[in-house]
Amino acid sequence: MADETYPQELKYFAEHDWVKVDGEEAVFGITWFAQDSLGEIVYADLPSAGESVSAGTTYGELESVKAVSEIYAPLSGEIVDVNGRLEDEPQLVNDDCYGDGWLIRIRMSAPDEIDSLMDADAYKAFLDHE
Amino acid sequence: MDDPQGTSGAQATPLTCAEGRSTVETIFEKSRAGRRAGTSPEAGVPDRPLDDLLPAEMRRAAPARLPEVGEGDIVRHYTELSTLNYGVDTGCYPLGSCTMKYNPKVNERVAALEGFRGLHPYQPDALVQGVLEALWALDRWLAEISGLHRATLQPAAGAHGELTGLLVIRAYHAAQGRDPKRVVIPDTAHGTNPASVIMAGYETVTVHSDARGGVDLDELRGLLDADVAALMLTNPNTLGVFDENIVEIARLVHEAGGLLYYDGANSNAVLGVSRPGDMGFDVVHFNVHKTFSTPHGGGGPGAGPIVVRDILVPFLPVPLVERREDGSFHLDYDRPQSIGRVRTFVGNVGVLLRAYAYIRALGPDGLRRVSDMAVLNANYVLEGIRDLFAVPYERRCMHEFVVSATPLKEHGVRALDVAKRLLDYGLHPPTTYFPLIVDEALMIEPTETESKESLDGLIAALRAIVDEAKTDPELLHAAPTRMPVRRLDEAEAARRPVLRQRFAEDEAAGGG
Repeated sequence: MADETYPQELKYFAEHDWVKVDGEEAVFGITWFAQDSLGEIVYADLPSAGESVSAGTTYGELESVKAVSEIYAPLSGEIVDVNGRLEDEPQLVNDDCYGDGWLIRIRMSAPDEIDSLMDADAYKAFLDHE
Repeated sequence: MDDPQGTSGAQATPLTCAEGRSTVETIFEKSRAGRRAGTSPEAGVPDRPLDDLLPAEMRRAAPARLPEVGEGDIVRHYTELSTLNYGVDTGCYPLGSCTMKYNPKVNERVAALEGFRGLHPYQPDALVQGVLEALWALDRWLAEISGLHRATLQPAAGAHGELTGLLVIRAYHAAQGRDPKRVVIPDTAHGTNPASVIMAGYETVTVHSDARGGVDLDELRGLLDADVAALMLTNPNTLGVFDENIVEIARLVHEAGGLLYYDGANSNAVLGVSRPGDMGFDVVHFNVHKTFSTPHGGGGPGAGPIVVRDILVPFLPVPLVERREDGSFHLDYDRPQSIGRVRTFVGNVGVLLRAYAYIRALGPDGLRRVSDMAVLNANYVLEGIRDLFAVPYERRCMHEFVVSATPLKEHGVRALDVAKRLLDYGLHPPTTYFPLIVDEALMIEPTETESKESLDGLIAALRAIVDEAKTDPELLHAAPTRMPVRRLDEAEAARRPVLRQRFAEDEAAGGG
């Protein structure tokens, strides 16, 4: 497991998800704090490309040795890609939560929702407060 | 595996774990070709060629790889395995939320009486008056203990009781011409609650806990409307704290047209002290295998009777045991508003009879003392270890309590490591990582049947382990080191489970 980091180039959502905005698309994953709290992840239940997600609602589940936790979409849109590697290697979420452990990629339907996300410093302050 | 004699056709790979080889051989590893536990006498019928009896294409190509062992090997194997068991008959078992109390042996004797054990469920009522009377009495006792009116003894487990209770609630609303859709559940609830809600065709709504660990009243007010069928609550809850606002909670839910469901999993805290019916609950389930002491864990059998308020009695499952005016008992199926059966016959009678024996042996004063001692023991342990951990809710606990192992994080130690190290001290670990709202939770329920010496032993072990965490955390990371099986790789076990015995020759051939 990597050390605790919150990359500056990412945006953050209060349910401990990160967002990488990439033009009209955005990639979702869970933060270092989230994967550390969950513990070793043994199964990722993710939707399929073509389905829609809506900001603030759940779109999948991560099962760790401790519990099953729902994952919340930080932004709304249509799923264009899902990280298929997690089917066989769910531990990528622990090993590389900002890289190979990404979850889904969407085409945003409401890009102005980005304004409601936190930057890295705000998220770190949010964690201290939690 | 080495097989110097080269005699075996079914050599198995030894059980292994992260820390190396287990010291326990499987029965397959003990197998040696040609060994037998007995010999058959000569057949009394003439031999016939196998081909005459079973066509070749219907027969397996190779014999089944069954272990070949002598009788002494078998007896030693299973006797050895039995000594590896840990249970309430061997030591302290503080598994929070599970009420692993000692089960008095008189319960077993009562349930095993020939007049109970020898019955068949299709015998006519006239021939089973004894067992019907026992069930009838248990129904009434559970009603008295809960402060409600009538029970069904059919549900086979606590979660089954939850489902039954919710179906009764749904039938009640339907009879009023209502069709509410949602059930409110606190964030401390047992995981079975939301599962039962979905099974019953409802949606769950979560209400959060307030700073004292009870239901957040303001949030609850905002959630309640005519679409709420019920609120499910465990009191004391899974944090081991009693919700002091229960009367107000009940008033709010009833005012909105909903009913109150009491998850009785924690009843061991309140027997003879407070009654769910008096608190305003309309349905209660008891995990009688916990509260009323029958062996449990490992999948049952259990029993989860529910007791309901008078307005819900017409909807209870059929049959109910009734007493006629002449004092005889019968099973009553003539209940037109009933939700129907939820289980075959009248439930897990063997478990119910143990509960009967337990309640009968203790009586009202004895049950009260059970809860007094359960609460006292939990508080004794909490005070003995309070300084070692973070205590999320600074209150007097009930029959169990939750502490957080977060202060050990700076030493790289987690709740799981503490739990595993307790195994090395010869104790069963507490529940870990539940309830979910407490980080690094350790949930401890000593029960009333532990002596002061036993509780002191648990406290001393936890104190020693926390010392080790600070001075030599590796001891905890490696734990357990004194068990026949070392630390299991739980993630790998979930990701790539080995679901059957693997044989050496399959491994060599690349099979699986």
